[in-house]
Amino acid sequence: MPFNAQSPVALVNARLVDPARGTETHGGVFARDGLIVAVGAEVTAQSVPSDARIVDCCGDVVAPGLVDMQAFVGEPGAEHRETIASATAAAAAGGVTTILARPDTHPPVDDPAVVDFLKRRARDTGSVRVLPMAALTRAREGREIAEFGLLLEAGAVAFGDAGHSLRNAQVMRRALSYARDFDALVVHFAEERDLAEGVMNEGEFASRLGLSGVPAEAESIVLERDMRLVALTGARYHAALVSTEQSLEIVSRAKKAGLPVTCAVSINHLTLNENDIGDYRTFLKLRPPLRRESARRALVEAVESGLIDVIVSDHDPQDVETKRLPFAEAEFGAIGIETMLAAGLRLVHSGDLALPQLLRAMSTRPAEILRLPQGRLAAGAPADIIRFDPDEPFVVDPEKLRSRCKNTPFDEARMQGRVKLTLVAGVVAYE
Amino acid sequence: MSQSAPRPSFPHRHLLGIEGLSRPDIEALLDLANEAVEISRQVEKKRATLRGRTQINLFFESSTRTQSSFELAGKRLGADVMNMSVANSSVKKGETLIDTAMTLNAMRPDMIVVRHSQAGAVHLLARKVDCAVINAGDGAHEHPTQALLDALTIRRNKGRIENLTVAICGDILHSRVARSNIILLSALGARVRVIAPTTLLPAGVDRMGIEVFRDMRAGLRDADIVMMLRLQRERMNGAFVPSVREYFHFFGLDADKLRLAKPDALVMHPGPMNRGVEIDSAIADGPQSLIREQVEMGVAVRMAVLEALARNMPSG
Repeated sequence: MPFNAQSPVALVNARLVDPARGTETHGGVFARDGLIVAVGAEVTAQSVPSDARIVDCCGDVVAPGLVDMQAFVGEPGAEHRETIASATAAAAAGGVTTILARPDTHPPVDDPAVVDFLKRRARDTGSVRVLPMAALTRAREGREIAEFGLLLEAGAVAFGDAGHSLRNAQVMRRALSYARDFDALVVHFAEERDLAEGVMNEGEFASRLGLSGVPAEAESIVLERDMRLVALTGARYHAALVSTEQSLEIVSRAKKAGLPVTCAVSINHLTLNENDIGDYRTFLKLRPPLRRESARRALVEAVESGLIDVIVSDHDPQDVETKRLPFAEAEFGAIGIETMLAAGLRLVHSGDLALPQLLRAMSTRPAEILRLPQGRLAAGAPADIIRFDPDEPFVVDPEKLRSRCKNTPFDEARMQGRVKLTLVAGVVAYE
Repeated sequence: MSQSAPRPSFPHRHLLGIEGLSRPDIEALLDLANEAVEISRQVEKKRATLRGRTQINLFFESSTRTQSSFELAGKRLGADVMNMSVANSSVKKGETLIDTAMTLNAMRPDMIVVRHSQAGAVHLLARKVDCAVINAGDGAHEHPTQALLDALTIRRNKGRIENLTVAICGDILHSRVARSNIILLSALGARVRVIAPTTLLPAGVDRMGIEVFRDMRAGLRDADIVMMLRLQRERMNGAFVPSVREYFHFFGLDADKLRLAKPDALVMHPGPMNRGVEIDSAIADGPQSLIREQVEMGVAVRMAVLEALARNMPSG
């Protein structure tokens, strides 16, 4: 998609939320040539040049576009589940302007040529920015470290084996050491495979349902190991998904020790708990599994305190055939990129999070971790901007979602907060 | 190698490593080696210095280059040289290193040249025999004659070693050549740098009194000497570095990177080379390369070591 040659645009009469500074003010944003030129009370319909398109936001929120650090875009090799066109359409409708695409494709993103392919497909068919994450190890097999240097030169922005936790500590150590040399970001999904053989959170509820459980330790054992290896190597490490109180304690200790560690939680784990699985609803079968309500509350508090840096959609389209199975046999994963903002706003409406806190975890922090200029409403930043009404109610209708798959855990859920306009580099991606 | 002129003595019974040698020790060996170069360049290359002495080359790890270099050095000085490679030895039949040493010792050699895959094996052997022991490489520990020949090559081409900037690049982690060179070149006043990805650097390398670079371009800047190390094939594919192409791209010496060193920088490699992995062919064969000269200096240095140790032997 060519992000250029567009007329200037001004969003005026808006509630400007800049999560980078934690501010909420009334005013407007003026963008030209893909960049924000001016922000603030002085940007009004009268103040901008006459060739600019003027959008009266009628008091809606205007904020930086969301940066989603974990989403599956289907290409190459799983186009029946998702394509860059469908994933970015869903993203744009959900206010997401940058996607970090998962590398667990076919073939996996472990070769500079695949990175190049993704960049070209994103340019030609995507309506928001798609950045390739590359595999941490060759073929995501956990044995041989990937070509970080060549992959970075090709345009990869982070490294992870997406859904494959690295079992061999020696390989992990070398991968982190090698990543450090290139100042590369390692995104790791911490899961002890043998302990994680179950299909939902371990505990009373799983036992009552007769389903096998995954204890919190499946996550914390590997995460704890990783923290030691980060201390040993000094690499930049991002925990792809945390879901338990134990993990929060581990990350908290690592951060206090000054380690270059960040972490993310999925929007599902912030807004749902194991009880929502109810009558074996497979769309809520997730990895890591949805945990107890106490864990969910702790995760929300950690977003508020900043201990959790990032909220991701963990968008994982699965076709009906792989979900319409007995719970234990169904695939893991849920879509979420189109609903993540609205789902997150539940926490704002409930008083758990302030709006800037939510947006910080959905745009500013991920942009900072990926070293992108996005995630702020400031002159000079890319004009990746969204307008939304945080109060407008709607009911999630899976058939209207833009993803090729409809496996949303928010099927028929009532939500508040609709995106009305998404700009990527000043170009309309959704309206 | 005249018998008359007084020289600084070499007060050691064995040569087990560069560690433990003083600067005068090293310089005495280099001076002696300088003379040995001339012997090898004559038509009549044979001396009688070691006549009657027996030298055993005991190689537990195969090495064409080092073994033949030691063999020629011994023969040019008149020693009787016997080569024992592991394939023919009783080690294959389960004999321990110490039993092998005791057996050989009973044959009353004057010098044993040993290469072994394990660090410290040569030291262990030296404690069990009555003759002089020369370390021809023990695991990832030391390879003292390689460091001496490198120093001789540098000194002959640059006229000095003091204050030169020497960049050693490649698999430092597994390299005995790097360890011996770091000690020797530092002792002679060179500024030593190592360049490698962290995965190929030993732990604590930053406390070895040298400069450490993970970026080859930064490490090569203003270097006088660029010393490339071999990367073993089994270490190229994902274990320590991702691939040959990535390694060559970031850590292989090509004309582009060599331009960052001083214009008169010289290139060295202990061999055998992997062309296109750690070094571009055009550089290996180019005008800045000293690689072939290093081989010649190898024989001279080994002659000097054999002679220096022989002087300390009882001659009765």
